[in-house]
Amino acid sequence: MGLAAAMLAAAGCQDSGGSGGDTTAADCGGKIAIFGAFTGPNAGLVIPSLNGAKLAVKQFNTANPNCKVTMQEFDTQGNADQATPIANQVAQDQSFVGVIGGHFSGESKATMPIYEAAGMVMVSPSATATELTAGGNKSFHRVVGNDGTQGAAAVEYIKNVSKSQKVFLIDDGQTYGVGIIDVVKKGLGATVAGSDKVQTDQTNFDATISKIKSAKADLIAYGGYTNEAAPLLKQARAAGVTAKFLGFDGLYDPGFPKGAGDAANDAVVTCPCLPADKAGGTFAKDYQAEYNIAPGSYGAEGFDGANVFLDGFKAGKKTRADLLAWVDSYDKQGVSKYIKFDPTGDVDKSKVAIWSYKISGTNFEPEQEIKLTS
Amino acid sequence: MNFDELFGHLGQHTVDGLAKGSIYALVALGYTLVYGVLKLINFAHSEVFMVGTFAVVGTWTLLGATNNPGIGMMLVFLAAGLVAGALASGATAVAVERIAYKRLRSMNAPPLAFLITAIGLSLVLSEAFGVWRGRLVVGMPTIVPQKVVFSIGNTSVSNTQLLTIIAAILMMIGLDVFINRTRYGRGVRAVAQNPDTAALMGVNKDRVIMLIFLLGGLLAGAAALLYAVRYGNTRFNVGFVLGLKAFTAAVLGGIGNLRGALVGGLVLGVIEVWAATLTSSNWEDVAAFVVLVLVLLFRPTGLLGESLGRARA
Repeated sequence: MGLAAAMLAAAGCQDSGGSGGDTTAADCGGKIAIFGAFTGPNAGLVIPSLNGAKLAVKQFNTANPNCKVTMQEFDTQGNADQATPIANQVAQDQSFVGVIGGHFSGESKATMPIYEAAGMVMVSPSATATELTAGGNKSFHRVVGNDGTQGAAAVEYIKNVSKSQKVFLIDDGQTYGVGIIDVVKKGLGATVAGSDKVQTDQTNFDATISKIKSAKADLIAYGGYTNEAAPLLKQARAAGVTAKFLGFDGLYDPGFPKGAGDAANDAVVTCPCLPADKAGGTFAKDYQAEYNIAPGSYGAEGFDGANVFLDGFKAGKKTRADLLAWVDSYDKQGVSKYIKFDPTGDVDKSKVAIWSYKISGTNFEPEQEIKLTS
Repeated sequence: MNFDELFGHLGQHTVDGLAKGSIYALVALGYTLVYGVLKLINFAHSEVFMVGTFAVVGTWTLLGATNNPGIGMMLVFLAAGLVAGALASGATAVAVERIAYKRLRSMNAPPLAFLITAIGLSLVLSEAFGVWRGRLVVGMPTIVPQKVVFSIGNTSVSNTQLLTIIAAILMMIGLDVFINRTRYGRGVRAVAQNPDTAALMGVNKDRVIMLIFLLGGLLAGAAALLYAVRYGNTRFNVGFVLGLKAFTAAVLGGIGNLRGALVGGLVLGVIEVWAATLTSSNWEDVAAFVVLVLVLLFRPTGLLGESLGRARA
């Protein structure tokens, strides 16, 4: 219900920030776009980030009445096909000077050439695929660790915390899932006992489960999202598979334990996102007060992403080129981590904290920070 | 190509495939019944199934079902789920016929018009559930905990697999008897063979058409219950892929042929599981359609041929 309400709320105020922001008295402020899966099956992952960004804009506008910033929401449902026309629209509308997003790797990959051509800077709170920063795109930045780091942390977790010997790898064939499973596969080497690829919208997993059983796996690592992972885990448990289950940030979604029910108990997800109470400043408290719910996945990162722009507006930057240069040289403590981008657009690896969360009932309970040894 | 896995556990993969195919078969019967009589593909049938799954989960929630109930409550939940699923799916199927087809039929619309209204109604139903129940997978309580009933060698058959397969075969036999041995069934066959002559002989064509939609819906509702028991989840677009597969199964077995739907469903399920085992799960659809094309190249009317009404009429 909470999720549905959040989705409705997001859909309801979709265009609220859209108009009336151009007529500011002072020579300050501007308009940014934020895009991502605000409705659709994976909205649960993205809504906290959207709320974090909205909170940042609200706080900024309250504190700086003479420097009004508006943020317009564009719902892509996390789908690259829907994100592309939106990107063209935003790029052509010169009143937009920057963009927060994409929230998923697929939609980011599809739209970053468009934003780059338009000279607009992108700051993503949650798109983690390694390849996004490997192609030399000048527009794309992210305030989150990438899957190279997250995958390495997962390998660390599998080897040293769960001490698993036979790992079964599954991905969903999408940009994000394939990317992170590749990293884990390389890191684990000989302890990989088997693997399978599922497809999006698949609902029954008999063949996958048989393979897991034949491999006698003691841990299943799944790269993908809730819609496939929840029924897969549920059916595997029903069929008597007792192997541990490890997912990544794509499953740090309240819908996952809800969909999988009891089967999700003790499943672990890794996430390059901080537990709410570890975030800096008064963020967690403010978020709780504003939305009456604890910030979930990437709430702090959404807040930070918005603040990168807001600081720029405050410093008087108001063209696309100015903001791009501003973000490139940004150097400041955020609530989720210290934010300073390297030339590829990634944040400093040493500032990224990867946490493991254990599911208990329908809650994600912070388990530990996974330290990288290398 | 993982031949060791496939041949090492061939029996297990075949049983998995038969259980999966049984659900295809029950949904396929709905396509085949309507096609046999109206020469029309009812593309909204996938949503008839989807509505059934939501009716099952809704009923279980209302009754306060929890995981692993005792045997008594289990039977209550199964019966309630069957009634709710069959009623909801049956009512949806009849409504689909009333809304999307009846008026078009009375106006002698070209066949393409039926196809478009069917696809349109299917989208409306699925999107309506997407808005109403959310787009995320909906979990259900585990009413029947899986247990291995018997094992032969390294092949073990679980209670839910056995239930699914036996239920599908029984319902198929029941339908076959109904169509071939009863007065109503004779009417269905008459309309399938020649609607105008049947009407002249006093068969109420509209009633027969409603009957076949209702039968298809009831079977889809039963399939929805079996699906809920076996897979424990549903979502607004659950019908899309499953409907496509069931339609494929109907064509594979010979569309319009009731026994063909069963054979087609079972064969398709087994092929999919074998293919997924041999390669990876995202290849199962490719394999299924390659086999379909190959079969149709040599037997254009499917494995058993088209026959509703034609055989022993």
